[in-house]
Amino acid sequence: MRRNWMIAALIGLSTIGAAEAKPLKVVGPWEIAGIDPAQSGYLFSRMQVAETLVSVDASGKLVGGLASSWSTEEDGLSWRFRLRDGARFHDGSPVSAAIVADTLRKVHAGTGVFSQVPVAAIEPEENDVVIRLSKPFVALPAYLVNFSTIVLAPSSFGASGRVERIVGSGPYRVKSLTPPLNMQLEVSPEWTGEKPGIAEVDYQAVGQGETRALMAESGEADLVFSMLPVSVERLKRNAKLDVRIATIPRTRLLKVNAASPLFSDIRVRRAISAALDREGITKVILRNSDLAATQLFPKALAGWHVPELAPLKRDLTAAKVLLADAGWTPGADGILQKDGKPFSFTLLTYASWPELPPIATAIQAQLRQVGIDAKVSVGNSSEIPARHKDGTLEMGLVSRLYSIVPDAIGVLRDDFRPGGSDWGATGWANDNLNGLIESMAATSDPAARLPLQRRAMEILQSELPAIPVTWSELAIVANKRISNVQVDPLEVNYGLAAVRWAQ
Amino acid sequence: MSRMILARLLQAGLVVLVVGVLCFVLVRALPGDPAMRIAAGRYGPDANITEAAELVRRELGLNQPVLVQLGASLGQLAKLDLGRSLVTGLPITKELRIQLGATLWLSGATLVLSLVLGPPLGLFAGLSRGGWVDRASLGGAIILRSLPPFVLGLLLILFFAMLLGLFPPAGYGTWRDLALPALTLALSLAAVSSRVTRDAVSAVARTPYIAFARLKGLPEPVVMRRHILRNAAIPVVSYLALQAIYLIEGVVVVETLFGIPGIGHALVHAVIARDVPMVQGTALAMGLLFVVVAAGVDLTCHWLDPRPKRI
Repeated sequence: MRRNWMIAALIGLSTIGAAEAKPLKVVGPWEIAGIDPAQSGYLFSRMQVAETLVSVDASGKLVGGLASSWSTEEDGLSWRFRLRDGARFHDGSPVSAAIVADTLRKVHAGTGVFSQVPVAAIEPEENDVVIRLSKPFVALPAYLVNFSTIVLAPSSFGASGRVERIVGSGPYRVKSLTPPLNMQLEVSPEWTGEKPGIAEVDYQAVGQGETRALMAESGEADLVFSMLPVSVERLKRNAKLDVRIATIPRTRLLKVNAASPLFSDIRVRRAISAALDREGITKVILRNSDLAATQLFPKALAGWHVPELAPLKRDLTAAKVLLADAGWTPGADGILQKDGKPFSFTLLTYASWPELPPIATAIQAQLRQVGIDAKVSVGNSSEIPARHKDGTLEMGLVSRLYSIVPDAIGVLRDDFRPGGSDWGATGWANDNLNGLIESMAATSDPAARLPLQRRAMEILQSELPAIPVTWSELAIVANKRISNVQVDPLEVNYGLAAVRWAQ
Repeated sequence: MSRMILARLLQAGLVVLVVGVLCFVLVRALPGDPAMRIAAGRYGPDANITEAAELVRRELGLNQPVLVQLGASLGQLAKLDLGRSLVTGLPITKELRIQLGATLWLSGATLVLSLVLGPPLGLFAGLSRGGWVDRASLGGAIILRSLPPFVLGLLLILFFAMLLGLFPPAGYGTWRDLALPALTLALSLAAVSSRVTRDAVSAVARTPYIAFARLKGLPEPVVMRRHILRNAAIPVVSYLALQAIYLIEGVVVVETLFGIPGIGHALVHAVIARDVPMVQGTALAMGLLFVVVAAGVDLTCHWLDPRPKRI
């Protein structure tokens, strides 16, 4: 009799096990191009396999990751990060301060954003990691959210020091990894936090946006990231799906070479901005006219979006007047001319984001209306940085992410530094702006930082070293058989561990 | 015997040398700074590519004279070491195992499906020239062949995945995932192979030796099996070899549409990112495959038609 009970209990357990074993199917466009944290760390961070010292909550506030708390000395030069008690890697070994310090030192010597922090030394002290800076830098914790700083167990590295496998410390561990398109995860027994609701996760990279939409619609996928704007309306009508939209801090902008004879005149940059029909572009290509970028940052980026700024908007008359003031007169073919030379240049863009080439051609047509002849060239994403470097860039349409560090200062500091940068200004520098940014970096009080941020935005809006075109949003589709899906506009963590099967 | 083995080894060495040099030279002759391309391939379009490219240049020795780099690359190949991908850092052998493996599975499934669909239909059409099977299969072949694989794939997804819910629209790992991409490719291939079979069968069926076979009183199944099928199979088998090669190298659109980590997809990425070892490894593996396929076809044709070839 007792044996029968045991058998019945075992059968019961195994059926529960089978129900739980059904994996959460996640589909996204991101391929696993190499497993080095600097390359695909964002995927392991988002999927909660590996952790950074600091993380963010849904509102974008910094919260503990591998570090349970942190503090700084009076001088702002010495920072102490206390590691979470009992944190262990997936191989069972403890996460020690020495391992974290060693990881951060290596990352600082690389090319990621963390290398821009003025670090003097990183040392372990018992259960603390102490980072000493050469000058005060209040945004340090925000930099430690970046995926390139994920901490992996020593067993992740091969003999040559290369990352051979991903042994992290997050709620999920890697069950199998088949680059470039597939990854399977399972709950880590070492995880001491809240137990994930779904035991296994199956990630599949699918590059085609239309295929991703079909996977959501057919019910093959539970959670699908990054839908094409054209699919969103159709998916919203599907009763089985839940479509979530988040405004993300990514702006598509025209990177102009302000040192070139064509664009050195601020009136010309303003005229180009006034010639753009941002609403038309966003309405037709992005299917949401609220994404027309009236300034660099979208409304969701509180403190950086300045509502009082005069919005960038279409005004063809003003554009023509500005161009005439700058000495450009219409030639016989309708193209503006100055000193016998036509206003003609190459607008370079790339296809890493499918919407960039159509936006570029729309801009081409809009500029033609004020007599400017832009030739669109679609190349590799490295071409704009290459042309920026050798000074031959005229204009590029780029998609710039401002949440590489969850404090926009991280990217601004890089983009508008003297000499410019790959995705920031070219041939333009403003001492006033750089002074403001450095002051922000040393100001810990958010209220005291606000006027500095506002002033910086005013300078960028008036000088237009980069002409904002559109903001961006991220569309996520969840099948209604799952619940508790969170949308993280900063794309640091997808909160898969919190997802549950709906009742 | 030992001389023959030596000759074959020399031949193989020559092939490796030519493929190695050609891949290196062609990839390097493409415009753009390879370090920048590799950096963009590694770190994506949000990264600071210029800074990353400098580290890549130092790490891979891209600032050395090109001849030194070519020498290093060939030296590695000489040791039968395909090296590691410059982008993913994984050994090329592992990349090939995954990505060429995926393509081989897909190609195999496609060939089987196209064999089931194409030649039998062609046989019926060929035996009843001008009949309704012949005309319907001609119409179907024209439509299927003129649809780009991308469109055909989407149509099949809409029908089999969305409407009937039989197969997943994309993915890789189980035979269910292979069904729709294999069918997409198989329909295009079957469209042509059915016509090739039909022409071959109808040509053979009208030859004097078939008339003689029937005249001497052979039963129709024997005429069919021994004379028609065997003779008509020769052009069909040769054509299948071409199809196999088309499958291995030309399925990148279908791989992308269905999210299959295949070699076409990998090769396109490798060329864009100037990943020389990956291009070399893929070219060598494909070259070897073509040789195997060609040898297989020659052997099959020889078995079908054992008469010594007059040249």
